[in-house]
Amino acid sequence: MSLYSKILSVPLTLVPRKIINQQNDVTIVQKGIEKKIKKLFGGSLAIREVDTGSTNACEQELMALTNTYYDIERFGIHFVASPRHADMLMVTGPVSRNMAEALKKTYEATPDPKIVVAVGDDAIDGGIFKGSYAVLDGVHNVIPVNFQIPGDPPSAMTILSSLLYILNIIDDKSDQKKQ
Amino acid sequence: MQNLFFTSLLVLTGGSIISLIVQRDTKLSYVSSVFSMFGSLLALIFSIGALITQSTLTTTLPTSFPMFNISLHIDPLAAFFILIVSLIALPASLYGIGYMKQYAKEYNLGVFGFFYNIFLISLLLVITAHNALYFLFVWEIMSLSSLFLVIFENKKLQIIKSGFIYFIMTHAATAFILLSFLLLFQFTGSFDFETIKQHFASIPFVIQTIIFLCMIIGFGTKAGIVPFHIWLPWAHSAAPSHVSSLMSGVMIKIGIFMLFKMFLDILPQTPLWLGYVVLIIGAVSSILGVLYALSEHDIKRLPAYHSIENIGIILLGLGSGLIFIALKQPSLAMLAITAGLFHTLNHAVFKSLLFLGAGSVISQTHTRNIEEYGGLIKLMPYTAIFFLVGAVAISGLPPFNGFVSEWLTFQSLFSGIATSSILIKSIFIFGAACLTFTGGLAAACFVKAFGITFLARSRSIESEKATEVSPLLLISMGTLAVLCLTLGVFSFFVITNIQLIVKNLSLFSSKTSSLSSTGISLQVNQNVAHLNMPVIFLVMAVFIALSFGLVYIVSRKQKVVLRTVWDCGFNALSPKMEITATGFSRTLILIFRGIFQPSKQHEIEYVDADIRYFSKSKTVTLGIVNIYEAYLYYPLHNGLSIISKQIRKIQSGNVNQYLLYIFILLLGLLIFARY
Amino acid sequence: MSIFIIILKLILLPTLSPLCVGIVRKVKAYMQNRRGAGIFQPYYDLWKLFHKDEVIARDASWIFYLTPFLLFGLSILLPLGIPLLGSIESLSFFGDFIITIYLLATMTFFIALSGLDVGSAFGGFGSSREMTIAALTEGTLLFSFLPIALVTHTTNVILMATTASGLPFFNYLPFVIAFMGFFIALMAETGRIPFDNPSTHLELTMIHEAMILEYSGKRLALIEWANANKFIFFIILGVNLFFPWGLSTTANLSSLLFPFILVIVKATTLIVGVAILESSMAKLRLFRLPDLLLTGFIFCVISLITVTI
Repeated sequence: MSLYSKILSVPLTLVPRKIINQQNDVTIVQKGIEKKIKKLFGGSLAIREVDTGSTNACEQELMALTNTYYDIERFGIHFVASPRHADMLMVTGPVSRNMAEALKKTYEATPDPKIVVAVGDDAIDGGIFKGSYAVLDGVHNVIPVNFQIPGDPPSAMTILSSLLYILNIIDDKSDQKKQ
Repeated sequence: MQNLFFTSLLVLTGGSIISLIVQRDTKLSYVSSVFSMFGSLLALIFSIGALITQSTLTTTLPTSFPMFNISLHIDPLAAFFILIVSLIALPASLYGIGYMKQYAKEYNLGVFGFFYNIFLISLLLVITAHNALYFLFVWEIMSLSSLFLVIFENKKLQIIKSGFIYFIMTHAATAFILLSFLLLFQFTGSFDFETIKQHFASIPFVIQTIIFLCMIIGFGTKAGIVPFHIWLPWAHSAAPSHVSSLMSGVMIKIGIFMLFKMFLDILPQTPLWLGYVVLIIGAVSSILGVLYALSEHDIKRLPAYHSIENIGIILLGLGSGLIFIALKQPSLAMLAITAGLFHTLNHAVFKSLLFLGAGSVISQTHTRNIEEYGGLIKLMPYTAIFFLVGAVAISGLPPFNGFVSEWLTFQSLFSGIATSSILIKSIFIFGAACLTFTGGLAAACFVKAFGITFLARSRSIESEKATEVSPLLLISMGTLAVLCLTLGVFSFFVITNIQLIVKNLSLFSSKTSSLSSTGISLQVNQNVAHLNMPVIFLVMAVFIALSFGLVYIVSRKQKVVLRTVWDCGFNALSPKMEITATGFSRTLILIFRGIFQPSKQHEIEYVDADIRYFSKSKTVTLGIVNIYEAYLYYPLHNGLSIISKQIRKIQSGNVNQYLLYIFILLLGLLIFARY
Repeated sequence: MSIFIIILKLILLPTLSPLCVGIVRKVKAYMQNRRGAGIFQPYYDLWKLFHKDEVIARDASWIFYLTPFLLFGLSILLPLGIPLLGSIESLSFFGDFIITIYLLATMTFFIALSGLDVGSAFGGFGSSREMTIAALTEGTLLFSFLPIALVTHTTNVILMATTASGLPFFNYLPFVIAFMGFFIALMAETGRIPFDNPSTHLELTMIHEAMILEYSGKRLALIEWANANKFIFFIILGVNLFFPWGLSTTANLSSLLFPFILVIVKATTLIVGVAILESSMAKLRLFRLPDLLLTGFIFCVISLITVTI
């Protein structure tokens, strides 16, 4: 019983939306996303994260997105278990050789229209593993990437605000890379 | 009308003789099947005619033996069972034409045709027999001809062993039946069923009890009730598939027919405890049958255990009927007996369909193990659809026929729960509980059977090479599948006719039934329950079509892309990664471990026996215990062995001891004769 | 008039079912001290899924292609047999509770087959677990209707509800025990905690989700919607059969407003109750679920015996 009364009395710790919108670091890499996607994904987005040999730091940050502080679900975004259910692939890690084939298969198993986001410096160009014999130096060498979120690891706040920014600008006509 | 029946018998006899004549000529091997088909067609027409006219035929031919009259008596109940026999024999014989070709090289098809036709003749004669000695004569012919059909592939040792178990159990059953008939003769002075019927009331109560029990054991063994069913999985899996379908669909119904005939017609006024016994046997058979079916991975033993389960459901109907008769509620009794009879018909149809489907799969993949199938739905699409129809029907899902007879059985059990005595109520609650669990578990079992056999990818090289079977086999399976659907949708029509059969029994001649069919729907007691199968079927079809149409309109611009199955990015998908039948049913086996007592044994073979570090091979053996074997047959067997060992001491081989025996016996006889 | 009610059931209930799922998720989010998605989120999800392409495995057969339509069609016609607003609904062909339960069994049968169809390891064990639980739940579900059926002397659900609403209150207590059994069956059939976590990502803990891992696009949308329909069907059945006060017995339109509001209030209470119960328990181990299901069965048998004494 005290559990239920506690629910009423514990204060809300959610990060309000205004603060989130102030930071974003997103890089646009490729066009090729259809026009109607903003309408489609604006209300509901399903994310499948793929770990291609990362240090798990990005995974920790991604997992933190679903806790009661950031609560990514209130924006209609949720994580799914199967790439068949997913709209967006969030790839972390520098794509080790063992995971290259798996990453390609995951990309093929996701139905169109889809977005690929490379999260973390490792996924963008290999990060601290750049040049190693065991990695392929970035996700864009394996599958076409639409957005990149830099950072090692990018904080949960950064990822969250970048995601909201992506959903906002998805079919923006402006084409240039923003640094 | 009579002439039709005798003509069909004649045709079948002709077929058997001709098939002996054309023994070795494989091109003419289909001739005997054509004769069987023609004979069963004639019997079918005859039975439909007899049911429409609701007439009773009686003929008696006295022979030179005393008491042994060849007396035929075809009342509507017998006509109904002749209908079942011929309805199943027709597609089975058609199937046999194509199916037996694979045996032509090694075995003698002429002998098979001979025994097959004799089997059909004996089935028809057993149903119509009205004299106990004559009945036993044709019963024995039926058992022996089916035995020779079971052990047809006599080069395999396992099949001979299956035949042996069948041989022993069926003769044990015949012994019980003979005992009951002899007791009846002793007390009524005649072997004729009509005379027995008139004099039955004068038999003392104890003898009546013994007669009823012997009949339950004897006919029940033939029907396949637990715990006398051990022959059923062996015999039905050893026989060629269309013989299995005949045995499972028809022959075990002969046991049921005799139980119906005896308890409702020949020996009326059965006591209340008989209804209890039949209902409890039915409940236990159904639940144990389906549980053991869950653990089976042989595609022919699995439907054999399901036959045991469905016989249990039929006996639930019969038992409720007997209880209602004893409680003086004939209208509810009519409902229950109609449920039992309708389920008999339905089970014959969908069980035969399942066995014929299993036979098709076996003929293509040459193995009976489910674990080696897989992916057959793409290679054998029609067989898959027909097998699916059989699987859906046996799970009791609407709109097929299994659902309607389960609905009727449920209604009769619920009416029983509404009675006032606590004992009767609890027995009915037990029956209803067993029936609901049986329904759910049967569905689980057939998801496994159909899914592992036909879906996913092939699990062995043999099953990759399977192709669709010949059109003859497909036509026979298709006929049965369409019949399943028709019997389900048009059940109101069939049930009206079955009600007429039940009314014809002397018990119910002037009573009205709780079950009535107004228009196209079935109703129980005007308001209690209401089932309208044609409309349900139409509505289901319309809604599924509607959902197709609406979704197509909404998302016709979306593409469908074919890729490989999602395997988590792992590259080499092998058949070992699909679920196996063992794994599928393991959960349920562990849940019911009180009954199964599953065991797991590990054996490891090491590369070097002294230094046990590297293992060469590991074997895991999963086993379950058959409780009736552990608690009934093994103790019986052990007890008999111990007693035999003790008795063996009498034969010591010592001549002096034998002379002593003779002396004592002589002395005893002299004293006995003196007094 | 009855046509109007039938059309209402056919159109209104599938329209409202994603809302119910949304309410459950929202309440669960509040219990976790966060705000969660809006209660209309499932509508956005469904809309998006209908506009996505599909990726289907090459190994899939026609069962895979056909099952979502079958499931959705059957889930729409399930509510035809249950009382929504009262006895003015014509005693329809679907009234019998046995056929309702067996239609649910048909849906489970086909989704289990489609789980086996693609030959992935997850689908296989999902089907196995689903059929195990379904086999054991069917008994509980059937028996929970029996006490009311016996007292009201009918097996037609609509008649049962209207007759039961006229009973004196003291006769009513056995039905509460039967409702507890029904509630356990509800949680099992709709895949809620403690039977199955509807929002898990770990395949080894999935039961229902595992069977639909291969679906995408419009077929996935149909299956999700069919599940939501099943959920709202169980909720309406639970509140209107076991608590049938307030159901209308006359046939004019104006008398429908009060039952309508009452049904909404009752249903919302039950939905919130389900969500709170889900948030306060953990998912049970698979081999402890039969104990729970058989406990539900025993509740129903106790209720049956109390009713008929």
